[in-house]
Amino acid sequence: MPFVPHTTQDEELMLDAIGVESIEDLFDEIPPALRAGVLANTPDGISEQALLRLMSDRSKQDEVDLCFIGAGAYQHHIPSAVWDLVTRGEFMTAYTPYQAEASQGTLQLIYEFQTMITRLTAMEVANASVYDGASALAEAILMAVRANRKSKSRNVLVPGNLHPSYLSTCRNILHNQKINLQVIPYDQQSGCIKQEDLRDLEGEDFAALVIQYPNFFGGLEMADELTNWAHAQGQLVIGVVNPTALALLAPPGIWGDTGADIVVGEGQPLGIPVASGGPYLGFMCCKQAIVRQMPGRIIGKTVDLDGKVGFALTLQAREQHIRRAKATSNICTNQGLLVTAATIYMSLVGDLGLRSIATQSHNGTVNLIGKALDIKGVKRRFASPVFHEIVLELPCLASQVLKQMCADGILGGYDLGAMDATLENCILVNVTETKTPQDIDNFITSLRAAVEVTAC
Amino acid sequence: MAEYPGELKYAESHEWARVEDDGTVTVGISDHAQDSLGDVVYVELPEIDADVSAKDEAGVVESVKAASDIYSPISGKIIAVNETLEDAPETVNDSPYDQGWFFRLQPTDLAELESMLDANAYQELCDSEEH
Amino acid sequence: MLIYEISSEGRSATAQYESCELENSELPTTQLRETTIGLPAVSELQVVRHYTGLSKKNFSIDGEFYPLGSCTMKYNPRGALAGAHMPGFLARHPLAPENVSQGYLSCLYDLQEYLKDVTGMRAVSLTPMAGAQGEFAGVAMIRAYHDKAGDSERTEILIPNAAHGTNPATAVMCGYTVREVPVTKEGDVDVDALKAAVGPQTAGLMMTNPSTCGVFERKIQEIAEIVHEAGGLLYYDGANLNAILGKVKPGDMGFDVMHMNLHKTFATPHGGGGPGAGPVGVGKRLEPFVPTPIVGKRSTNGEDEYYWMSDKDIPDTIGNLSAFMGNAGILLRAFAYARLLGNQGMHRVGEYATLNANYMATKMASAGFKLAYPNRRATHEFIVSMSQEAKELNVNAMDFAKRLLDYGYHAPTTYFPLLVPEALLIEPTETESKEELDGFIEAMTQILREAKETPELVRSAPVTTPVKRLDDVKAARELNLAWRSAD
Repeated sequence: MPFVPHTTQDEELMLDAIGVESIEDLFDEIPPALRAGVLANTPDGISEQALLRLMSDRSKQDEVDLCFIGAGAYQHHIPSAVWDLVTRGEFMTAYTPYQAEASQGTLQLIYEFQTMITRLTAMEVANASVYDGASALAEAILMAVRANRKSKSRNVLVPGNLHPSYLSTCRNILHNQKINLQVIPYDQQSGCIKQEDLRDLEGEDFAALVIQYPNFFGGLEMADELTNWAHAQGQLVIGVVNPTALALLAPPGIWGDTGADIVVGEGQPLGIPVASGGPYLGFMCCKQAIVRQMPGRIIGKTVDLDGKVGFALTLQAREQHIRRAKATSNICTNQGLLVTAATIYMSLVGDLGLRSIATQSHNGTVNLIGKALDIKGVKRRFASPVFHEIVLELPCLASQVLKQMCADGILGGYDLGAMDATLENCILVNVTETKTPQDIDNFITSLRAAVEVTAC
Repeated sequence: MAEYPGELKYAESHEWARVEDDGTVTVGISDHAQDSLGDVVYVELPEIDADVSAKDEAGVVESVKAASDIYSPISGKIIAVNETLEDAPETVNDSPYDQGWFFRLQPTDLAELESMLDANAYQELCDSEEH
Repeated sequence: MLIYEISSEGRSATAQYESCELENSELPTTQLRETTIGLPAVSELQVVRHYTGLSKKNFSIDGEFYPLGSCTMKYNPRGALAGAHMPGFLARHPLAPENVSQGYLSCLYDLQEYLKDVTGMRAVSLTPMAGAQGEFAGVAMIRAYHDKAGDSERTEILIPNAAHGTNPATAVMCGYTVREVPVTKEGDVDVDALKAAVGPQTAGLMMTNPSTCGVFERKIQEIAEIVHEAGGLLYYDGANLNAILGKVKPGDMGFDVMHMNLHKTFATPHGGGGPGAGPVGVGKRLEPFVPTPIVGKRSTNGEDEYYWMSDKDIPDTIGNLSAFMGNAGILLRAFAYARLLGNQGMHRVGEYATLNANYMATKMASAGFKLAYPNRRATHEFIVSMSQEAKELNVNAMDFAKRLLDYGYHAPTTYFPLLVPEALLIEPTETESKEELDGFIEAMTQILREAKETPELVRSAPVTTPVKRLDDVKAARELNLAWRSAD
């Protein structure tokens, strides 16, 4: 019996103590009609060795040589120490730190995480994380609707170049609460939101404006101008940011004259493997004035009975276990283990490392763009400057080119035709510091061949 | 023992109301309420000039273990809020009937006060809640 | 000491990056970051030592018995971790095409099948990222079902008043109002009150079984009938699934939809607060609405092929709830756990979890503790009420909980469920040995003695932990949520 330690003798002693004959007797309050029979579709148990062989065989089916897909999940180098430390049982098998005295490790670590994330984004406060970037945005929109005292609206402006899964996640989570997301079309030439296009919306009541930076196409929005416009309209500004990009680019806390009000993002690039999409972490920051509208766990610094510094969950009265139906959210998770990874990652790379990682990613992207544009028929789809991701327009169907490249062991990018049929010839390509100049050359060789084969 | 000043009116949701000389009404929470909440750490007050109806939510009071909505016991327009509570929420614990008031309103109809409990009835209610 | 307090400008873990400058940059100069970030400046060894040190300030399943009621803190097998951390799984991009994802997809497909088997549900979606998101998905499906039927009058979700706070919070997130249903002195839902509460406004009832009172809801079939007859649907909160795993299937009890907490029942680690995974199972009524994506299987030229089913395959789906497809790595661990256990092992989970809880309940009752439901059979957990100790000795449930830490045991769940005064909710799980349970009972007995002889000792506990009791009031009044060098 895997993981059940009872010997026959233990079992007998325990049944005796309870005063029953058999374990079956302990289920005597359950109506007999409800008792489960066999588990016909669950196989017999196997040993750990057999399990690992099975999973190893299956995982090898999924290995590729090179992956240039980003689209919200980015392959970065993860220092070896990160997951060595994260998988220590004391971090991995601890529960939520409700018993503060027995959880100072996790609590202090989250306080350090909150500090690092606020510094990276130049915001005042952060929470201990929510599930992922997409659900963080849904929570941020709810929060903005609650927090915006100037607006009674449940309408929120979202950009058309927002990550499409983020948009659908938000819609699916929010529509039952009658929150309406109005999509602003992006400019076909730049791929960005143009401030001129917002004029028609002036005078209408919206609770908030969402800005994704860089946007889904990798492009850099005019975040200062958009922030000032939204604030002038009485809207709150929600920034959705890539944490690596912020090492080089202006953080949302200083966008425009007064900065974004709420900032969320996907924390995966900070030491978390792409691993099929999760578990990741959604980080969430805001201005201190609206912290009580923020969902999720928050850790505060305090002192113990002897005056010694310690850390504890705070502002818990916002949360579901106390506030029940009136909680800020039903969430009762923070992605603790991923927060542990991100915190250790940020400590290890530091300012210099994160800057270098961002720089190399950008340099590699510029290098790839230059070489790709030399291929006949390949164009840059949008004119706006990009950070580490680019939309390339091909002279043929993206899906076919990508299939061809996959046969070379290269995942050449994300097929934008999957989100928008008008972009069926476009791929979204990401380069990070994990790609050497040789990798980029291999990509170009494969792309060139695939375009030639497909376009003929 | 909690105090129940005789000159006040009380709501079943534990607010008190006092008619001032100028006809306005001051609202706070009872001694019993602050005691059951424990150390108050935050108070959210209504906006000045807001119109409220009787039993409308008009704020929140929060301790480390609980958060309760504050309901306006009668209808009216908010004319003042106790800004002291924003920086010193513990005032609600220290002085629930005096320094720890929440807001003051210009009542629409003072007669609404008559449906509230007097001190004796309210004390009975609190005593019964404890059992 | 915070990592920032050992930080020194000019120091860094130089093995972790190459120095480089922007080349041919296209970043607009007006958008460049002009300030430093403000991350710590430390060496690699400092980082390793600092976080190793922090880890030692935690209780964990690996270190201590953790009888936390309704949290199912069982052993997290290392083999499951090793399986999920295979390089091919870690490097797989979530948007990788299906032809290079067959390994991953096959694991997910199999897990869907196992979960259907143990829950008696018709379809399973693995995508919700935690129990609360599973609840959200479940109630959103209930709503989609009524909406599709044009039944917009159903605006209310019924919830027993013993329920976990997530249930009402979830109902509100789905646009419903909540009506609470009382629980009887014996811990069952008050059926007469339920009958009075249901009506054309009832969208559904959310409940756990065994309930948060640690007892099996004996009238579940009658409850299901009442709700169904009123046109509502039944939601099963899988928080306590460990109690009945392999013994009772929620689908057989009449539930239309449920979530499972894989981080409880399927032994994936809690990670200090997450990640979890909260797959949902549905019966016939709600099958058309399951959240996407789910994994399908088809046969092409005699070979099995796994593929993503999206809104094209499930047109009435409530849609996706995350950027990709949920907490994939947790799902792989749950798959591994299910394979290690197999069908026989699954049956034994519920059996031995129940044996352990009943043994502890019996022993604690004879040691002088008051069970909240002495006339009921314990399930996988049970409640001790410390109200007598609180009244007579002025030592409350929290004092006992804190003193347990000094004895090297994590505290049980305290003050939950709210309707039992001074509650300690105790859940040992099936993976704990008799010796461990005896040790815990001995510690509780000892603390009871201390409460009589030296109550101040118990009231001021813990004394052996890295910090003593913390000032929660200061933490909330003087918010300090991020470090500044002046602090």
